[in-house]
Amino acid sequence: MNKTIHIRRGYDIRLIGEAEKVVEQAPFSDLFAVKPPDFPAITPKLLVQPGDEVLAGQALFYDKDRPNLRFPSPVSGEVTEIVRGEKRRILEVRILPDREVRYATFPKADPAGLDRAAILELLLDSGCWQYLRQRPFSIIADPVDVPKAIFVSGFDSAPLAPDWGFALAEERENLQVGLRALRVLAQDNLHVGIRDRGEGLTEADLGDAVPPTHIHRFRGPHPAGNVGIQIHHIDPIQPGEKVWTINIQDVVIIGRLFREGRFRADRVLAFTGACVSRPRYLRVWTGQHMSDIVNGQLNSDHCRIIQGNVLTGKTSSQNDFVSFYTNQITVIPEGDKPEFLGWLLPGFHKLSLSRTYFSWLWPKRKYNLDTNTHGEQRAFVMTGEYERVLPMNILPTYLLKAILARDIERMEQLGIYELAEEDVALCEFVCTSKIPVQRILAEGLEYIRKEG
Amino acid sequence: MKFLEDFFNKTRPHFQKGGKFERWYPAFEALETFAFTPPLTTRDGVHVRDAVDLKRTMFTVIIAMIPTLLFGMWNVGYQHYKAYGMEMSHWDYFVFGFWKVIPIVAVSYAAGLAVEFLFSVLRGHSVSEGYLVSGLLIPLTMPVTVPLWMVALGAVFCTLIGKEIFGGTGMNFMNPALLARAFLFFAFPAYMSGEIWTDLSPEAGRTLVDGYSGATNLVTFDENFRNLPSPADMFWGFEQGSIGETSVAACLIGALILVGTGVGSWRIMLSCVLGALFTGYLFNLLAPADMPNHAMHTPAYYHLLMGSFAFGTVYMATDPVSAAHTEKGKWFYGFFIGVLTVTLRVFNPAYPEAVMLSILLMNVFAPVIDHLVVEQHIKSRLKKSKLSRA
Repeated sequence: MNKTIHIRRGYDIRLIGEAEKVVEQAPFSDLFAVKPPDFPAITPKLLVQPGDEVLAGQALFYDKDRPNLRFPSPVSGEVTEIVRGEKRRILEVRILPDREVRYATFPKADPAGLDRAAILELLLDSGCWQYLRQRPFSIIADPVDVPKAIFVSGFDSAPLAPDWGFALAEERENLQVGLRALRVLAQDNLHVGIRDRGEGLTEADLGDAVPPTHIHRFRGPHPAGNVGIQIHHIDPIQPGEKVWTINIQDVVIIGRLFREGRFRADRVLAFTGACVSRPRYLRVWTGQHMSDIVNGQLNSDHCRIIQGNVLTGKTSSQNDFVSFYTNQITVIPEGDKPEFLGWLLPGFHKLSLSRTYFSWLWPKRKYNLDTNTHGEQRAFVMTGEYERVLPMNILPTYLLKAILARDIERMEQLGIYELAEEDVALCEFVCTSKIPVQRILAEGLEYIRKEG
Repeated sequence: MKFLEDFFNKTRPHFQKGGKFERWYPAFEALETFAFTPPLTTRDGVHVRDAVDLKRTMFTVIIAMIPTLLFGMWNVGYQHYKAYGMEMSHWDYFVFGFWKVIPIVAVSYAAGLAVEFLFSVLRGHSVSEGYLVSGLLIPLTMPVTVPLWMVALGAVFCTLIGKEIFGGTGMNFMNPALLARAFLFFAFPAYMSGEIWTDLSPEAGRTLVDGYSGATNLVTFDENFRNLPSPADMFWGFEQGSIGETSVAACLIGALILVGTGVGSWRIMLSCVLGALFTGYLFNLLAPADMPNHAMHTPAYYHLLMGSFAFGTVYMATDPVSAAHTEKGKWFYGFFIGVLTVTLRVFNPAYPEAVMLSILLMNVFAPVIDHLVVEQHIKSRLKKSKLSRA
C-alpha cells in the first residue's frame, strides 16, 4: 500500500443541487448525433452519408491525419443529416435510431489472455480508442506510441461531480475487465488514484485488476481528483515523455467491449445544479438528444445548461446532444442582471476565497452561484492567488506570461506539459482580474503542438 | 434604484459605437460599473466566478486605511492645539483636523481621477480601480500644511508617470503613490521637511508655547535617539508627522484587515519587520561602546515605531503590482526593505524618510528577485527530472 498523498492547496466549491443517490433511466431519444468538435484536435472525414444504415459501433468518420482513429455510432439506425458550419466544418452527424439497437459484433475475449497488439487492434476497430487521452496536450492518444504509463482517477472532486463508487456500483466487473485491458496496454504501468476516504471508487471496486503498489490514495480538496494533479504527485511527466489518461466511466465501456463483444455506450451521469428540480443520477445514451433529459426537469427558464461541471464543462442547450465524454450535466442560473453597488455591499451570500465578503463567516454554507463574472477583466494585479489552488510545483502566473509572450522554451521550462485546462480551472475561478486562464493555457498548448 | 438603471440604459446608446459621445465610452463605463456590477456572464472557461474583483479589492484597502485617516485627523487637531498649549475635547481635535484633511483628500482624488479618466478616453482602455487607493495614500503621506496645488501636482504625477505611461494599473513597476511622494519630497523640500508637520494657523490671543519644536521623531533620532518620545507615544501616534503615518496602532488595525481578507501579503509585512529587527539587533551588537549615544545603539524595536515604518510596511510595500510577485520573492523583498530602512536611518541622516526610499528601491529590484526565484524554480524542476531519469 502506498502512502496517502495529501493535497493541501485547492478548494471545494460548495454548490446546491447535489445529485440524490438514485439512478433513473432517461427516456430514449428519437434523434441522436455524434459531434466531431467534441474530439480534440482531429480533422473528421466522413465514412457515411445521409440515407446509410449504421450499426452501433460502426464508424461514422475517421481522422484525416491518423486514419485508424475511427469514431463510432452509439446507436443503430439511419444517418439522416450531416450538419455543417462555417467552411463546411462538420458539426453533427445525425442519426434516426432503431427502436431496438443492433450492434456491430466484435470478438469477446479476456484481455489478460491477449497481447498488447490484439488489444490495440480491438480498441481501434471498435472505435473505443478515442477514449484514451495523451498528456501532454490532452489530445486523443496516438496508437503508435508506447506510453510511460496510463493513469486513471477513481474519483471526481469537481463541484457536484458524480460519486463513481455509487454510479458504477453495478459495473464492477466491466470496470475490472477494462482495467485489465489497460494494464496490458500500459505494459503493467497502470496507476489508479482513489480517495483515502469518502466518495469515489474503493480498492474493493478495483479488485485484483490493479496491483496494490499501483493504487494511490489522495486526500484533500479539488483538484485532487484531477488526473493531471495525480500524475504530478505520482510520477511527473518529463520533457519528451508521454502518458495516457482515461476517464473511469470510459474504462467501463471498454470493459463491456471485451465482455459483451459490442460497443455499448450508455453512461450514468450526475444531473445536478440549482436549476434542476430533482437532482439525481441518470442512465443516458451517448449522443442522445438533450431535450429528453432536461425538458420538464428544470425549475427556471433562465438558466445555463452545462455538459460537465461548472469549472470545465461546455455550454450546452436543449437542442444539443450528449457528448462522448460527458459524465455530468449541471444547470445553474444565468447571472445577467446588474446589481446596484454590488462591490460595496457586505455580501453575506457571495462566495469568495478572499475574505473581502463576509460570507467566510459561514464556511459550511452551500451556494447558488450564477454565471455572473462579478467584475470586468483587468491586467494582472493580485499575486499569489493561483498558487493557492494549484497543488503542483508550477508557477502559474509566470507560465501564463510565457504563453502570452509565445516563448516556447520558457513554457517548457515552467512545466506546461504537465497541465491541461481542467487543472487550472480553479485558478480562473479565483482570479480577481477575471483573466481567462483556461483559454490562455489551451492557446499555449496548441501553439506548441503546431510550432514545436 | 430603478431610475438610475433606466438612466444608464437610456444614455448608453450615445456612448456606444456610432453614438455622439463614442469616445467617452470608458468614462461612461467607469461610472456605470461603479453604480452597478455589470451584467456580464462567463463565456468560455469556468461558468462561475469568485465574487471578488478589483473594485472590491481596492475598496477593502480603503477600508483598511480608514483607521489611519481618522486618527490622522484627530492628531492634526491635537498637535495644533498642543502647539498653542490649549486643552480641548477630543471632538474639537477631530473636527479641526477633519476640515484640514478633507480638502487634501478631495483635491487628490479630483486631480488623479481626472487624469485617469482622460487617459482612458484617449487610449480607449477602461478606467482601472487602482487610483481609488493611490488617491487616499497620497494625502496620508503628506504633511497637513502641504499646499493644495502640490497635492494636485502629486496626484497628476502619480497617475501619469507612476502608471499611465507604462500602460495603466498592473503595468507599473513602482508604487505610484510613493513615487509621487518622492517626487514632491525632492522637488519641493521646503514644503516637505522642516518645521511643517503641525498646522499653525493662528489662534486668537495665543502664541506658540515655549520650547515648541516642529520636528518629527526622525529628526530627534538623528540628533540623539535618547531624546525620542516614549515608545508608547510612538506606538499610539501622539506625535508629529505625515497625516496618516504617526499611529502604529492604526496601521496594525489596517494590517489585520488586509491580512484577514487576504488582500495584503502577510509575507511582505512580516519579512519587513524581520528585516528591520534583524538589522537593528545587528547594529546593537556592532555599536561602538565608547559612544553611548550613537544611533546604532537604538533598540531594534524602536525602528518599528519610528517614522513611517508601519505605514510603509502595511500599505506601501504590499502593493501587489510593484512588490515581488513570487511567494518566495516576497520574503526577500520585504526583508531587504527592513534592512535598508534601518541602515539608511542609522547611517544617512540626510534622508530621514528612509522607508519611502527603501520601498522604491526594492520596487526596482523586485523583478530581479522574481527572476532569480523563477530561475531557481526552473533549475529545481530540471534537477528533479534528471533525478527521476537516472
